[in-house]
Amino acid sequence: MSPHIALDNLTYTYPAGDRPALEGIALTIEEGTFTAIIGRNNAGKTSLCYALAGIIPHLYGGDMAGRVLVDGLDTRESDVADLALRVGLVMQNPASQFSGARFTVFEEVAFGLENRGVPRDLMAERVERALCLAGIEDLARRSPAHLSGGQQQKVALASVLVSDPDILVLDEPTTFLDPSGAVRVFETLDGLCREGHTVVLAEHRLEWIARFADRVLVLDGGRIVLDGPPIEVLSSPELARIGLSGNRYTEVARLARELQMWTPDDPLAVTLEQAVAGLEPWPKEKR
Amino acid sequence: MIAELRGVTFAYPGGIQALRDVSLSIGAGERIALVGHNGSGKSTLARHLNGLLRPSSGEVWLDGEPATDQPVAVLAGKAALLFQNPDDQICKGRVADEVAFGPRNLGFSPARTAELASEALALFGLDGREDDNPYDLGLSERKRLALASVVAMDTPLLVLDEPTAGLDSFEAGLLSSALDRLSGQGRAVVLISHDMDFVAENCDRAVCLESGRLRFDGPVAELFVREELLLTCGLLPCQVARLSARLSLGPGRFTPGSFLASLRAGRAGSGRQ
Repeated sequence: MSPHIALDNLTYTYPAGDRPALEGIALTIEEGTFTAIIGRNNAGKTSLCYALAGIIPHLYGGDMAGRVLVDGLDTRESDVADLALRVGLVMQNPASQFSGARFTVFEEVAFGLENRGVPRDLMAERVERALCLAGIEDLARRSPAHLSGGQQQKVALASVLVSDPDILVLDEPTTFLDPSGAVRVFETLDGLCREGHTVVLAEHRLEWIARFADRVLVLDGGRIVLDGPPIEVLSSPELARIGLSGNRYTEVARLARELQMWTPDDPLAVTLEQAVAGLEPWPKEKR
Repeated sequence: MIAELRGVTFAYPGGIQALRDVSLSIGAGERIALVGHNGSGKSTLARHLNGLLRPSSGEVWLDGEPATDQPVAVLAGKAALLFQNPDDQICKGRVADEVAFGPRNLGFSPARTAELASEALALFGLDGREDDNPYDLGLSERKRLALASVVAMDTPLLVLDEPTAGLDSFEAGLLSSALDRLSGQGRAVVLISHDMDFVAENCDRAVCLESGRLRFDGPVAELFVREELLLTCGLLPCQVARLSARLSLGPGRFTPGSFLASLRAGRAGSGRQ
């Protein structure tokens, strides 16, 4: 399989920046995989998302060295409109992505397709599918401006899913969602991955990353400091060193290991199922 | 009672019924988690506590007086509200001016204002950033600035709408320490959050809304065993409580230490030591 995304020694400094926001990023991401980016705030997560979508350098300017190839296109040489057909970006703040020009959620989600002259019937069909994927069929006739924060976040997601881009880049898309809404977003992304879409997601919610992501990248100070499958990365003692805590399941497993309640050579749990399996030998009777 | 809602019902102008007959009392020093599904009315309820929204029927009392006839400027001295999005709140060009804006407008002396402002900035790790422009800060730093600005108002009640959203684990730790400090001062906090681990570790009492109705008001541990309600409201217990339930231990264990102690005790109890 060919890499869907390739970053070749990317270093980027914002116009007003006194140090690079991203430094020496070398990375390839295969088609149909789910990659999570985690890290402290200001570690470069949003900048990396922007670089994948071509927002960096096209909209921000600044100083960019190295190359970003997305679906075979060099982002620096490509038009943002062409890139947008391949890479869908869900931004951190949903309101910053709304058109502000549409009165209903249905029209807002249709906005991108309208601008591309998609035929009316096909447009309606695709909007309905996107609303369904984001779990907001019931909000279709509401005004985007008069929704709760979590509902707006789902509209932003639907507005990107509607274009069915090959690559989805999502910057903290579940920040304002209730727990079941957040799981649903991860399940949707997981399903899209299985259909061959490539998903890259920046997130703080490690529980669902542990369960759904194929790979976790940890950024610190603009550099990739850890890269591997969730069970390795999310149980690494390196996380604490850069000021991140893992899942509570991992804390339980680590403490259980100290208390000799965890098989010494077993990896630490990062998901609920792994924690249950690791602690299952403790007898159930009379608990 | 620091604050009380008595049968509050509220409909937005478009006709969306956001709160239905909600009653609630908040005492000094309490830390209450306000939880519920997206669009359940949490933010609408929060805005009733400082008069930004007024009930369609029912009453809000603050500090032993009906809030209904008092202007927002007066209520701001009793209840400080953190907006979900810091950019809806930040209005000054300097961090120091932003955090001093609340206490200054509440009529605190310049010396007291400066003291409140610098304490609040330090609580959220923003000391040394006084001269920065808030919009040169990252989103989560602006969130911490918005939090500091609310804390600096020195009100008996703080209403925080999603203070944990977008914070990394280090920043969530700063918030947790700040909450300890506020409780120590007898100040009450109502905190809206979807982060059930943070809720379990930082709040004693939970209030749950579902489609504008109050469906639960009690200890967090009790909410976590109300499976049907949690399902209806799109909520999940915290990670340790879920693990505890899967291993057939009862609720109420929120820390790895207390959970493993119970698991070990279970073994001792089974006589297979």
